[in-house]
Amino acid sequence: MGLEEYKGVYVFAQQVDNELSGIAFELLGKAKELAADLNTDVTAVLIGSGVKGLCDQLAEYGADKVIVVDDPELKEYRTEPYAHALSSVINEYKPEIVLVGATAIGRDLGPRVSARVATGLTADCTVLEIGDFPLNPVPGQEQKHNQLLMTRPAFGGNTIATIACPDNRPQMATVRPGVMQKIEPVKGAKAEVIEYNPGFTPNNKYVEIVDIVKELSDTVDIMDAKILVSGGRGVGSAENFKMLQDLADAIGGTVSCSRAVVDNGWMPKELQVGQTGKTVRPNVYFAIGISGAIQHTAGMEESDIIIAINKDSSAPIFDVADYGIVGDLNKIVPKLTEELKAVVK
Amino acid sequence: MKIVVCVKQVPDTKGGVKFNPDGTLDRGAMLAIMNPDDKAGLEAALRIKDECGAEVTVLTMGLPKAEEVLREAIAMGADKGILVTDRVLGGADTWATSTTLAGALRNIDYDLIITGRQAIDGDTAQVGPQISEHLDIPVISYAKDIKIEGDSVVVERQYDDRYHVLKAKMPCLVTALSELNEPRYMTPGGVFDAFDADITVWGRNDLKDVDDANLGLKGSPTKIAKASDKVRKGAGEKVELDADESVAYIMGKLKEKHVI
Repeated sequence: MGLEEYKGVYVFAQQVDNELSGIAFELLGKAKELAADLNTDVTAVLIGSGVKGLCDQLAEYGADKVIVVDDPELKEYRTEPYAHALSSVINEYKPEIVLVGATAIGRDLGPRVSARVATGLTADCTVLEIGDFPLNPVPGQEQKHNQLLMTRPAFGGNTIATIACPDNRPQMATVRPGVMQKIEPVKGAKAEVIEYNPGFTPNNKYVEIVDIVKELSDTVDIMDAKILVSGGRGVGSAENFKMLQDLADAIGGTVSCSRAVVDNGWMPKELQVGQTGKTVRPNVYFAIGISGAIQHTAGMEESDIIIAINKDSSAPIFDVADYGIVGDLNKIVPKLTEELKAVVK
Repeated sequence: MKIVVCVKQVPDTKGGVKFNPDGTLDRGAMLAIMNPDDKAGLEAALRIKDECGAEVTVLTMGLPKAEEVLREAIAMGADKGILVTDRVLGGADTWATSTTLAGALRNIDYDLIITGRQAIDGDTAQVGPQISEHLDIPVISYAKDIKIEGDSVVVERQYDDRYHVLKAKMPCLVTALSELNEPRYMTPGGVFDAFDADITVWGRNDLKDVDDANLGLKGSPTKIAKASDKVRKGAGEKVELDADESVAYIMGKLKEKHVI
């Protein structure tokens, strides 16, 4: 069938424990923009067991339609039944674009599904737009319009590439969490709900879940924080992070950290900012004792205001900081905390 | 048992990045290392070999010089190295790469295939799961622990806020996180063996059940529209003051920006 028969922007609406993940709303926000450019609508694909109750929430965040695949086999995420569900939806409804979160689930599901439906997949996108491919006309080559142009960093953030998938459908991308903006939810919005079940028969590709070990403490998700007080190797020890916590408490912020801190066992992985951690864009990002390797800055440089404190005046963090202070964090941070306590009541 | 570890020679991203005029990477111009996640996967395979006995084959696709990583793997303790190299395979995206590696793997006996979760050049994490799909075997991604139990593999599979202990019957493909282990060093004896080892070299015609339409730059569904060095945000102000002045400076900026 012709590529033009594929219609609509689809979003994999990730849920865990029957609770929608933030990435689902972020993808819907972006899908709405893309659908407006293409004059089409937005469909959320909701996969799980007993998840129908989540449809209204998806509608409020921008879904025009929700395709629900609800089956007991889908209770916990497992690659095979989820890949079967999503690729069956793609084969049945033929979307033009499919967006999946670049999460620990989406980065497993996306490639398996793209290989099954034989299309391209662009990983970890940070910008998605509709445009022409090639970008400029090339003699002897057809320029295709209304293509999904997918932009992503590569080489640890050293380069960016814009990628198209001109000859296969759907055009698939995984999208980095924390980058796309969700819309203000429209209370009472309703979506057309379509129930679809392709049938699930366990085969050699089904794996057995022996155990589920939840590791999450009750800390705040750093991706939602408006102010982050982030520490690096220069903080010196796990104990010294108390100093950063005091600063965070004084200004209403949350503590986060660099990879070196996690590797040293000073702070848990869920607080890590950067290429192998989380991408954050708070209003204010304090980088304290963080040298600013590109793997770190890739995860925080979109922050509105970056304030860096580091004793090494040649640290690369100063290249991305709005306000850089060359100095001793052990002297500056406690004094700053005291000043803030006096001002912020 | 037989284990195949897929490894990739990658440019050391600390050394700067170069492009060909067509926007693809100029791999020849950059320093090359064994991809860290792959090295952890290799170490996991070697530990299984140490504990229960296994034949470990390392497989790579790349330029002829990619045989360096195979020799490094043999020096660490792998038994055999296979290099897939051919001009027609160049410029491949993850789809074409996974198609190629699957074509090579169909010629090899395996119980377990281990790949790294992702390579530090592309950071896609796609090739492992896509190989498993082409071979119609189960995949377990993001492994932080791998154990063998009889004819099954038991893996701790990492998620954002939890891990699942998963059990799959072999043959199976597992993608390894570099957090999995600390890879061993090459041994002096191993380096000797590696120097003498025969590396098997395969080209396009040695791949089994693959279509030319799915190989190389031409067979890649994703096409690069544009590639460039990242335009970085310019540096802002930088001051060097004593502690009290530094605090006053920060407080001033926070007030100016209405943060406090």
